[in-house]
Amino acid sequence: MSGKVDVAVYVNGVMYARHVEPRMLLSDFLRHELGLTGTHVGCEHGVCGACTILLEGRSARSCLLLAVQVDGAEIETIEGQGSIDQLGRVQQAMRQHHGLQCGFCTPGFVMTITDILRNHDVRGETEIREALSGNICRCTGYEHIVNAVQELLSEQERAR
Amino acid sequence: MTGESLSADRSVELRPKMVGKPIRRTEDPRLLTGSGRYVDDITPQGTLHLALRRSDVPHATIRSIDISAALATPGVLAVFDASALEGEILPAIPTSRMKGYYATPIWPLARGKVRYVGEPVVAIVAESRYAAEDALEGVIIEYDPLPFAIDPYDGAAPDAPLIHEEAGTNTIISREFARGEVDRVMEEAPVRVSGRFRMTRKTALAMEPRAYLAEWDRRQRALTLHTTSNIPGVIRDVLSECLDLLGNRLRVIAPDVGGSFGGKGSLYHEEMLVCALARKLERPIKYTTDRLEDLTATSQAFEEVMDAELAIDLDGRILGLRADVVGNIGAYSIYPWTAALEPVQVVSFMPGPYRFEHYRGRIRGVLTPKPPTGPYRGVGRPSSTMAMERLIEMAARKIGMDPVEIRRRNLVNDDEFPYRTASGIIWDKSAFQQCLEAACAKVDYPALVRARDAARAAGRWVGIGLASYAELTGIGSRISVAPGMPINTGVETANIRIDATGAITAAFGIASHGQGLETTLAQVVADEMGCKMEDVQVLHGDSGLVAMSSGTFASRSAVLAGGAATRSAHVVKAKVLRAASILLDVPVDDLDAYDGVVRARSANATLTFKEIAKAVYSQMGRIPREQREELTASETYDPFFGTACSSTHLAMVEIDPETYGVTISTYVVAEDCGRVINPLIVDGQVHGAVAQGVGAALLEEIMHNEDGQILTASLADYLAPLASNMPRIQIVHVEADLPATIGGFRGMGEGGTIGAPAAIANAISDALSPLGIEIDTLPATPERLFRLVEAARSRSAI
Repeated sequence: MSGKVDVAVYVNGVMYARHVEPRMLLSDFLRHELGLTGTHVGCEHGVCGACTILLEGRSARSCLLLAVQVDGAEIETIEGQGSIDQLGRVQQAMRQHHGLQCGFCTPGFVMTITDILRNHDVRGETEIREALSGNICRCTGYEHIVNAVQELLSEQERAR
Repeated sequence: MTGESLSADRSVELRPKMVGKPIRRTEDPRLLTGSGRYVDDITPQGTLHLALRRSDVPHATIRSIDISAALATPGVLAVFDASALEGEILPAIPTSRMKGYYATPIWPLARGKVRYVGEPVVAIVAESRYAAEDALEGVIIEYDPLPFAIDPYDGAAPDAPLIHEEAGTNTIISREFARGEVDRVMEEAPVRVSGRFRMTRKTALAMEPRAYLAEWDRRQRALTLHTTSNIPGVIRDVLSECLDLLGNRLRVIAPDVGGSFGGKGSLYHEEMLVCALARKLERPIKYTTDRLEDLTATSQAFEEVMDAELAIDLDGRILGLRADVVGNIGAYSIYPWTAALEPVQVVSFMPGPYRFEHYRGRIRGVLTPKPPTGPYRGVGRPSSTMAMERLIEMAARKIGMDPVEIRRRNLVNDDEFPYRTASGIIWDKSAFQQCLEAACAKVDYPALVRARDAARAAGRWVGIGLASYAELTGIGSRISVAPGMPINTGVETANIRIDATGAITAAFGIASHGQGLETTLAQVVADEMGCKMEDVQVLHGDSGLVAMSSGTFASRSAVLAGGAATRSAHVVKAKVLRAASILLDVPVDDLDAYDGVVRARSANATLTFKEIAKAVYSQMGRIPREQREELTASETYDPFFGTACSSTHLAMVEIDPETYGVTISTYVVAEDCGRVINPLIVDGQVHGAVAQGVGAALLEEIMHNEDGQILTASLADYLAPLASNMPRIQIVHVEADLPATIGGFRGMGEGGTIGAPAAIANAISDALSPLGIEIDTLPATPERLFRLVEAARSRSAI
């Protein structure tokens, strides 16, 4: 058994330091070491996107990273996107358009959409669907999620 | 007025209602912020973690198991095989009154032999999941391989190796539905079409993998199981027998559950295991499947071969249908549905929404060394609808009739309801014809046909396909969801109470796992009781809430729980009004409740629900002793029969001649789901169900090779539809006469998955009709289409 290592990360602006096995996945680190269980694990092989977080502002699969790899990095998770009393803008749009049902893939979608809005020039429904195609939702058939993203993008367009 | 009305007060009818409005869901804030509480999110102090060594051979006797190395692994506390669990738990027996059926016992770990790749054999308990998985490779199992037949036709042969020797056969399910003289009708019919249709094996693929956490309370000698199940009440009842614990010492909770679609709707080995081990070790035990385990050991779906033949006359009228169906049910019958649930519904629903007299449907369910099959959204009907609707369009093509017209001539008409189908199912009344017309009107069908013809003239592979179907939803106690099944799924309870603080709690036996029932049932309660919707807290997914609960499945919850909610709310409201009548000193007939306030019509007097609750419970003397009533009610609803939900799907597709990829350019669903409680939620259910139907039609297939090994063991191999695979879905809610259920609700959660595979198969067949290709196997993958086109071209070259 390998020895444990120190990992310090900033998650949603808060610094966390833990002593963990070097093989620990970032997804398990967030969920079980830090108790941030909003990041979900759907496949552990990087296909479904449920575990999507933002790493240094860009979307990343936390199940494909080891916690030690992100030592010193800035991470954003679903817990940093808004609260039950004050939903963030992406969360509001998802609710407004009924973009979630069971809610399991939802944190990953919220993080992916946040990445789309911040970092990508996505235009039109086809591009929106392509941009969302790294996340699997088994409940919604995606249409309501696409509607939410359309509204967010046009809002962003107007604000420019 | 149709439907069972409980609102005698006309003025109430005129008030704005919550039912029918696109209310935003009350579930959403917690789920959107990562504050949901799914089973794997719960880790009590001292939790131990479980990993399972599963069989890697399909059929073998277990010669020996050596756990010494596993036990020596750091962090490992205990290792169990079946013998080490002896006396800890009894098996679950999926009994049925069905003739010739054998109920395969379900044990938590394989005993003596293994019957499919993925079957749990050894359980490892460790301080962490990492440590438990480390120990897996230390388990040494020696197998003596047994012969097997992976193909159900081989498995049904008299000399086939038996999966369960005690059964004496692999064919543990045989049923026949017959009416009229189908063989004579077939013989004499002017036009016959037939095919061997295959609906391949699928999996429900909920995004949340199955997970279980059992906690043993030493003080109370009581067990709590947190499970990803959509049937926590059924699980409580069966585990009560297996563990010999009565219901007051066994509580089964389904917290937030990340989808099921049927895959979480049966009892699982792992559910039994965590309970037995938590009690034995007196520590919380948690087990979460990974995706590989989900793809190998969650109940799978379909896998039927359907030999079906349809006879029509030259006017396109259906004369008769016969079908011989073989279902590959896998290695076990599951609890509680049994392995009959899926294949029997294929033949019981194959006559569909059509009027005809002569039918014979036979089904054989055959054990093979594959994972057990179980419920998956649509159950049986995605397969039966695919076969029937393919035959309808093949028949239409043969006599040169438009596929809409042939359906128009055969769908049961309004004046023929209630209609008993050729297999004996009774359609109470639903808008069969109207859905067909509405789907066509929505897309301007004649224009769509012209567009297809123009594309075809230009050499493009463009086609239109339809599918009409009906399903039985909201099934009451008269009809067993699965034939001869030992549980009652026909009753639902709503326990509503206003407490001393004025809070309203409505507790149910259902288990919402994405359907938004916390919202829709609160809408129903608010309307019936006259309270504010936001004051109603809906509780569900907990066996401790009501005396008997089952869960959410079979498109039942809106109908049954909605009906029970209506009844209980009605009783509580009457109590509220009686209390208010005493408090305000006005006749009860003069009072009405709306938006949480009781008002007297003739006097300027009001009381809030909260004020009434305080007066009733906390302020002594305000209500005379003999008139004081608890503001509670626990009423049940049993619709006895079910109600039909019907729909027509219409799809237009184009096949890329280079890649053989199929693009869906138009998709419309016209459906009659009765009174819509929340249109946003209904649309979401249709979208999601159609997506699963698109998956079944184009992408999804669980494949095993001849050696019984799964070939689709990751999400890179088992392809779920992505946003980029899905078209926009146009939905028409057909407003027809409401059914006789309380509230006029029909169940509608499954329909999209029933209609889509057939509509898409028909559209692809239409697109490739210039080559004479008829789709008979789903999914219609690029490889299958390529082979079909190559074969057709080489035929025409000869």
